[in-house]
Amino acid sequence: MMITFLQNFGGQLIFKTWQHLYISGISLFLGVIVAIPLGVLLTRFKKIAGIVIGLASVLQTVPAMALLALMIPLFGIGAKPAIIALFIYSLLPILRNTYLGLEDVNPSVLDAAKGMGMSQLESIRMVELPLAAPVIMAGVRLSGTYVIAWATLASYIGAGGLGDFIFNGLNLYRGDLILGGSIPVIILALVVDYLLGLLEKALTPRVIGDEGGQN
Amino acid sequence: MFLSMSHLNKTYSGNKVAVEDFNLEIEKGEFICFIGTSGSGKTTTMRMINRMLNQTSGTIQIEGQDISKMNPVQLRRRIGYVIQNIGLLPHMTIRDNITLVPRLLKWSEDKRNQRAKEMIEMVELPDSFLDRYPAELSGGQQQRIGVARALAADQDIILMDEAFSALDPVTREMLQDLVKNLQQKSGKTFVFVTHDMDEALKLATRIVVMSHGKMVQVATPEEILRHPANDFVEELIGRDRLIQAKPSITTVGQVMLKTPVAMVSSATLVQALKLMHDRRVDTLLVTDKENHLRGFVDIETLNDNYSPTKQLGDIFNERIFYVNENAVIRDTVDRILKHGYKNVPVVDDDGKLVGIVTRAALVDIVYDALFVDDKLDSTGNDDQETTGMTQPSAESATSQTAESSQSQQTGAHAKGTATSDETKVGD
Repeated sequence: MMITFLQNFGGQLIFKTWQHLYISGISLFLGVIVAIPLGVLLTRFKKIAGIVIGLASVLQTVPAMALLALMIPLFGIGAKPAIIALFIYSLLPILRNTYLGLEDVNPSVLDAAKGMGMSQLESIRMVELPLAAPVIMAGVRLSGTYVIAWATLASYIGAGGLGDFIFNGLNLYRGDLILGGSIPVIILALVVDYLLGLLEKALTPRVIGDEGGQN
Repeated sequence: MFLSMSHLNKTYSGNKVAVEDFNLEIEKGEFICFIGTSGSGKTTTMRMINRMLNQTSGTIQIEGQDISKMNPVQLRRRIGYVIQNIGLLPHMTIRDNITLVPRLLKWSEDKRNQRAKEMIEMVELPDSFLDRYPAELSGGQQQRIGVARALAADQDIILMDEAFSALDPVTREMLQDLVKNLQQKSGKTFVFVTHDMDEALKLATRIVVMSHGKMVQVATPEEILRHPANDFVEELIGRDRLIQAKPSITTVGQVMLKTPVAMVSSATLVQALKLMHDRRVDTLLVTDKENHLRGFVDIETLNDNYSPTKQLGDIFNERIFYVNENAVIRDTVDRILKHGYKNVPVVDDDGKLVGIVTRAALVDIVYDALFVDDKLDSTGNDDQETTGMTQPSAESATSQTAESSQSQQTGAHAKGTATSDETKVGD
């Protein structure tokens, strides 16, 4: 059965998977380049941090379907409104983790860094971001899986992606189409999570040398 | 003036005064300790020097330049900074940690590596540590790196904020020695915040005692021990430490009797014998007519050589042991007690007789120190230095009271006795 499915829909599957990846990838990328600097910025303006993170949380609670539908009058249909909606969803985990990760850096390390004569930017670049990297990356991974899962719904507003299979399957009562869309989404989510996990490991700063922690 | 702080005030929101009218002039090469209880403003004051905090009013000048007009980042790169929690960057190797400021100052890599090697040797750790990470080092080793980091860019001023208070006593002492050594060798200026009086007394060339944001006393360690400005300082030093410190700050002049029994060498033996009888002493100090100490004569000599025509100058013994009135007890007590003298004449800088130290006065001081030791043992407190110092003196005191027959016995008072020149005094 699987072979017949691949024979009939193989080419389409590859195309839809690419579309899916493309939409989620761009959304996540935008999320990262907006949320991380914003998160860093919030640690310098703690008074408004609560408000901004609260706002992002509110956006997160808007049902995915509703948010996608809301995009149509603003941006029409297709990939663009889907990317914008998914981008909004990706913000919160990254933003929150960036903020918390930076907040969590040992204050005496920060005091020393400042006292040594690091400027704000040097402190962020050389100390805070490296030390907060694991926490930030955890947020990015979470957003990554969310975005891939929700990109399925983007098909609803004409963005394409693996959601097309699932919606067609639902409309046509075709189980194979539903599974044919769902299984690749799951695999995609797992693979992306795994790859981001590798990235996280690479970005996690070393604190123990070659000889191990013996001392 | 190298570092000058004048009329510094720091007020936090809510009118909480942290520092009030702080004035201090620091010379290059001084080791200044700020000491006080928590909330005394000592750390606040120190942190204003590298602009980690900005003063509410007043000025700080380094080599005549107002630091509030400098770029704080550039300023901090010129000032070493060591904090209690060490604050090494955990994701950087020891090498990168040590050469952090040189890197910020854009030194070349060769120069940085060279400096890292020099610095790690300076803080007495092996070169192999350079490639390790802070988490692989013990607390004491980490703080050594903290010290090396603060000195790596040739900073002229080093600020240390309770840098050693989180370490165990042995490690702390080793680091204190290291820092004191470095400071003396390098001639850099240190400002060291502590709440530990022992630490301050050990390290500082001058101590600034603070309480509730105000300076209470600024003085050398000796001066603080000798003349605590008020009850607060006294309490901070601790009564025990004051008593223990007595031998090292008390001068002979302070404990001597000012009325030695002495006679000029031109006096006749008849006069001498009468004076001995009147004052109930068996030994007389002999002086010239300017009151310079010349020697002594005891009753046995007098008896053996008695002749109504002889003068004291004919028979007195030149071999006399004496001490200067400005010598501190610590340096003299051992000698006095070990020689078994009951009393030792005291002279001023011109060699003139000014008084006499009795064995009883010394015993009081030794007794006080030992008595404090006993108390400290029971409270678990310790002060090794004082124990080590007083113990031997106590032993010699007890062992020699018995054999005091050889001791000189001189009495008190030397009022209007006549004077005449005589021979020199041997020691």
